[in-house]
Amino acid sequence: MEKVAVVGVGETKFSGPQDKTEVELFAEAAMEAINESNLKPKDIKALFVGNVLGDFAEGQGMVQAFAAENIGCLYVPANRYEGACASASMAIREAFIWVASGFYDIVLAGGVERAATMGTGLATRTFAMFSDARYEYPSGITFPAVFAMLTHLYADTYGIPLEKLREQMARVSIQSYRHGSVNPQAQFYGKNSDMSVEKVLGSFVVCTPLTLHDCCPFSDGAAAVVLASEEVAKKLTDKPVYITGVGQSSCGPLCNQSDYLPRIRAREISSGQAYEMAGVTPEDIDICELHDCFSIASLIATESLGFFEFGKAGEAWERGEADIGGQVAINPSGGLKSKGHPIGATGAGQVYEIVKQLRGEVEPERQVEGAQTGMTDTLGGDGGTLVNMILQRGW
Amino acid sequence: MEHKLLFKDYNEALKQNRLLGLKCQACGAITVPPKIVCRQCASPDMEIMELRGTGKIRTFTTVNVASEGREDEVPYTIVMVELDDGPWIMGNLDDIDPTQATMELIGRKVKMAHKVFPGDKYSAGEGARPLFSMVN
Repeated sequence: MEKVAVVGVGETKFSGPQDKTEVELFAEAAMEAINESNLKPKDIKALFVGNVLGDFAEGQGMVQAFAAENIGCLYVPANRYEGACASASMAIREAFIWVASGFYDIVLAGGVERAATMGTGLATRTFAMFSDARYEYPSGITFPAVFAMLTHLYADTYGIPLEKLREQMARVSIQSYRHGSVNPQAQFYGKNSDMSVEKVLGSFVVCTPLTLHDCCPFSDGAAAVVLASEEVAKKLTDKPVYITGVGQSSCGPLCNQSDYLPRIRAREISSGQAYEMAGVTPEDIDICELHDCFSIASLIATESLGFFEFGKAGEAWERGEADIGGQVAINPSGGLKSKGHPIGATGAGQVYEIVKQLRGEVEPERQVEGAQTGMTDTLGGDGGTLVNMILQRGW
Repeated sequence: MEHKLLFKDYNEALKQNRLLGLKCQACGAITVPPKIVCRQCASPDMEIMELRGTGKIRTFTTVNVASEGREDEVPYTIVMVELDDGPWIMGNLDDIDPTQATMELIGRKVKMAHKVFPGDKYSAGEGARPLFSMVN
C-alpha cells in the first residue's frame, strides 16, 4: 500500500446564506487546493465530492460532474458521496484508498453545501431525512431532538445533575466561539468571543435542554484537498501531511443503538480502525477536529475517541484539558459550532484545519504549537455514518 | 428472500394499537421495527410476535423548532421507551404539558397507543408512531 499525502488544501469561508452556487463554491475551494499543490487541473485523475442536499437546496443533482467540468478536470471520473454530515470525510477516505492502492496517484476530494440558503424550515426537514424516515420521522424527530435526547440520557446514565451538565456543555460552546472568533474562515469570525454560561443557558430553547448556543448553525461553504502518492508528494512539497490512519463505520436507527447509547458505537469502531492503522493511541493526538454539531456531541465524541473517561468529558472542559495548551486541543478552528457546518463540506474543512495546523499556518491565537499528529471525527446522521482520519507531519 | 414483516403491515397493525415485532428462532432476540434479519445475530429465521407495548421512558425532549410542514405541532415531546419486551422504540408522549417535561419523566412507566403522521411531499405516504401515556 502506498503512503498517501495531503499536498494542498482549499476552503471557502463558511457562512450563512450567500449567493454563490454549489459549483462555484466548490470550484473556488478546489482551485485553491490545486494551486497550493503546484498542480494543474489536468493532473487530477479523479474527483470525489461530498454533497448532501444540493438537490433540495438549488435543484442541482450530480453536482460533482459539473464541478469537475467547471475547474477544467475534463472527462475524469467524478463521484458524489452522501453520508449526511460525514459526506466529505467519506469522499476523502475513498480518495485515500484509491491513492493507497496505487490505482490513482493524484485525486481531488472535498465537499460543498448550501444548507443556510435553504432556510430553517426546509433545512430542518431535510436534515431529519438522516433519521429513519419510516420508523422515527413520524414522531417529529429533528437533529437537535436527537442530541437533546442524548443529553438527557447522558445525564441519567452518568448520574450528572442536568443543570451541572448544561453548564459543562455551555463551556464547550464558549471555547468553540472563542476559537472561531479569531478564525477568518469561520461563520462566527469576530463574533461571540464574549459568550458566557449565562448567555448560553438563557438563549432560545430549540429542543429541551438544548439552546441556540448549544447548536451549530446552518452553513454554506466548500472545502477541498489534493491527495497524492508519497512519490508524487515529495516532488510537490516540502511539507507533506500524511494520512496515516482511516476508519469508517455505520449503524441503523437511533433506537437500535440502545445497547450503547449515549455512546456511539460506530465511532468507537471507526476510530479504533484509524488508531490501529496509524499505530498511535489517543495519547498521541495533539489536535482533534471533531463533530460538535451540538455541545453534548463534543462530550460524547471525546469519550468514544478515548481522550477522556466516560461521563468525565465535561470536567475536562472545565479544567481546560480540551483547549489549546491542554491534553488535546479540540476544535481550534471553532468547530461546527463556530466555524460552521456546511454538511457536505464539513469533513474536508476538518482536514483543511488539521493540515494548516500541522504546517503552523493558522492565526497565532489559535495555533497548536508543535502539533505533530492530528485527527478528524465526522458523524453523519444520528450515528449512521462515522469517519475518522489521523494525519501526521511528513517532515 | 421475502421479509416476514414489512413496514406496510407493521404500520397497519400500529394503527390498531398493536405493536408487531419479530422473534428470532435462533437467538431469541426481538427485532422491532422489522428487518429482514435478526438485529442481534442476523438470522432470517424469525416469527412475527405482538409486543406488549408497555415500558419505561429512557429519555425525552420537547421540540420547539419543527420541520417544514409540521410547525403547527410544536411544542411536542418525543420519548425513547425501553419496552418491557426489550427493544427501545421512539414515539411521542401524550397527556402531559410538553413545556413541563423534566428529568422526572425518566424511568416512568408508559403504555402505548398510536398517532398517524399523514405524510408530506417527501415521505411516500403516512406513518404511524407510538403515542405513549403514563401508567398510573
